[in-house]
Amino acid sequence: MKVLVTGVAGTLGQRVAMRLIERGHDVIGIDRRPWADAPKSIEMHQYDIRKRPAEDVFRTRRPQAAIHMATVTHLVHKSPDRMRVNLYGTRAFIQHCHNYGVKQAIFVGRHTFYGAAADSPLYHTEDEPPMAAHSFPELADLVAADLYAASALWRYPEIATCVLRMVYTLGPSKHGTLASYLKGPTVPLVMGFDPLLHFIHEDDAAEAIATALSRKLHGVYNVSGPTPVPISIIVRAAGRRTLPVPAIMINLGLGRLALPNLPPAAIDHLKYPIVVDSEAFKRATGYQHRYDERETIDAFRAAQ
Amino acid sequence: MLDKLLPIDPQIAERIDALNLSFNKFGIDPYGIARTDLIRFMSGFAWIYRHYFKVDVYGLENVPSHGRAMLIGNHSGGVAIDAAMVMGSMLLDAEPPRLPQAMIDRFIHQFPGASQIMSRTGQFTGNPDQAIRLLRDDRLLLVFPEGARGTAKLAKDADTLVGFGTGFMRLALETKSPIIPFGFVGGGEALPTVANLKTLGRLIGIPYIPITKWGVLVPKPTRFQLLYGKPMVFEGSGHERDEICGAMVDEVKTRISDLIRQGRQLREKNITEADLVL
Repeated sequence: MKVLVTGVAGTLGQRVAMRLIERGHDVIGIDRRPWADAPKSIEMHQYDIRKRPAEDVFRTRRPQAAIHMATVTHLVHKSPDRMRVNLYGTRAFIQHCHNYGVKQAIFVGRHTFYGAAADSPLYHTEDEPPMAAHSFPELADLVAADLYAASALWRYPEIATCVLRMVYTLGPSKHGTLASYLKGPTVPLVMGFDPLLHFIHEDDAAEAIATALSRKLHGVYNVSGPTPVPISIIVRAAGRRTLPVPAIMINLGLGRLALPNLPPAAIDHLKYPIVVDSEAFKRATGYQHRYDERETIDAFRAAQ
Repeated sequence: MLDKLLPIDPQIAERIDALNLSFNKFGIDPYGIARTDLIRFMSGFAWIYRHYFKVDVYGLENVPSHGRAMLIGNHSGGVAIDAAMVMGSMLLDAEPPRLPQAMIDRFIHQFPGASQIMSRTGQFTGNPDQAIRLLRDDRLLLVFPEGARGTAKLAKDADTLVGFGTGFMRLALETKSPIIPFGFVGGGEALPTVANLKTLGRLIGIPYIPITKWGVLVPKPTRFQLLYGKPMVFEGSGHERDEICGAMVDEVKTRISDLIRQGRQLREKNITEADLVL
């Protein structure tokens, strides 16, 4: 099958592309970033998904399936550009799928869709409304992109559209939200809070996306791996020191005092858990993660 | 956090292991309950439960030893000492031990420290989705249908009941869970509250600040009576009209007042254990 992958140069994008090649698919990659050592068998196009040349790739190459991973998820990326990439990029992706006969479309979203709050239940199911948008404006574009992609389910019923809400990825690439948080030798925690964090090995995440493709999954699904682990245990298992800081000092010190430059609402994600129920995905695909919670953290820790 | 403060009691460890929670490689169950934190917490709490307070527990055999169930009872006293004593009786006295998971007020998880301890011991903010999930997972849920209005009762009203919500009954019907009514007596004596400062409380993010006869919020050593009644099973879907559901709730409420009344009689030594109708 001819599969187009946007955001293919990203950590997860590369891994998904490699898996698809292994499974005998033809992979067409689009990314505005270069992928220098991309295998020859991957047809790379260095374009922005929102621009005309990207549409031409859809028009001329006519992929049967497409996977959208060209979203900016990094929280420090606060420019208006981020919102445009996430919203207009997702719209362009869905439009092109519709206009150029793509049979199957997968949107890779985030579990942070559900939001972190003191009273939110553990194990969010797919029918729960997004609570991230109002408390965390910096995530609103990702929530909107997720909902926009899901609207293709009724807007273009001829496309088998699948929205995956993926937990944090972690692994040897040392890329991603959780990996950046664990970067330094000392990791700040909010004093008196120790939320569960839900994460999955990046290879398992790539495998889940490839599985969604091969099963022609249709609908909205949470994707997770092992059961969640408290943040302080993750930090220590990753070989870092914990530094509990009172919430009020974190708010004052964000971006200074060696604290990461996060938006203030990100603090809620260090206080309250976002844990998802991925039973529906497992039932629909038979998917099973390979790396447990300790192996995943060890893989991150061991990589240089 | 708890590790530096509290030693481990091997007998408590044995009881926690008997709960058969499925811990992952870090000793964390799927809901974030931490084996070692729970052991340390209970090792410290056991002293308070057994020596600072004394709890006369009756009808422990009425609580199913496994499978989903809901403990439904009264609040008595300015803070939820009753919840702590129920926790103690189920973990320290019951054979086999069970872990009650309370549906707690949302303000608790907003407080540093409290949030951490509650999260690691399986005590979550009351939320129907959470409750249904725990019951389907055959856990033991602890609900005080009076809510914060119940702890806000002043000491003179400690043995009375304020309005019950219908939420717990709908959960019980929907998940086909038996209800184990309980009555708790003595909270008003341990913490004789004479007033609640509501405005000041709201300023710091809690429903109210209770003021006791001696000013501060330190309970005095007290003997409590805790009576578990026979399981009550109701038939329905959980989507009944309020009148129908309300009638079932009233049945439970009547049962709980009766247990409180008997507990009070025991406390005053007007009856003995042999006279109890649980």
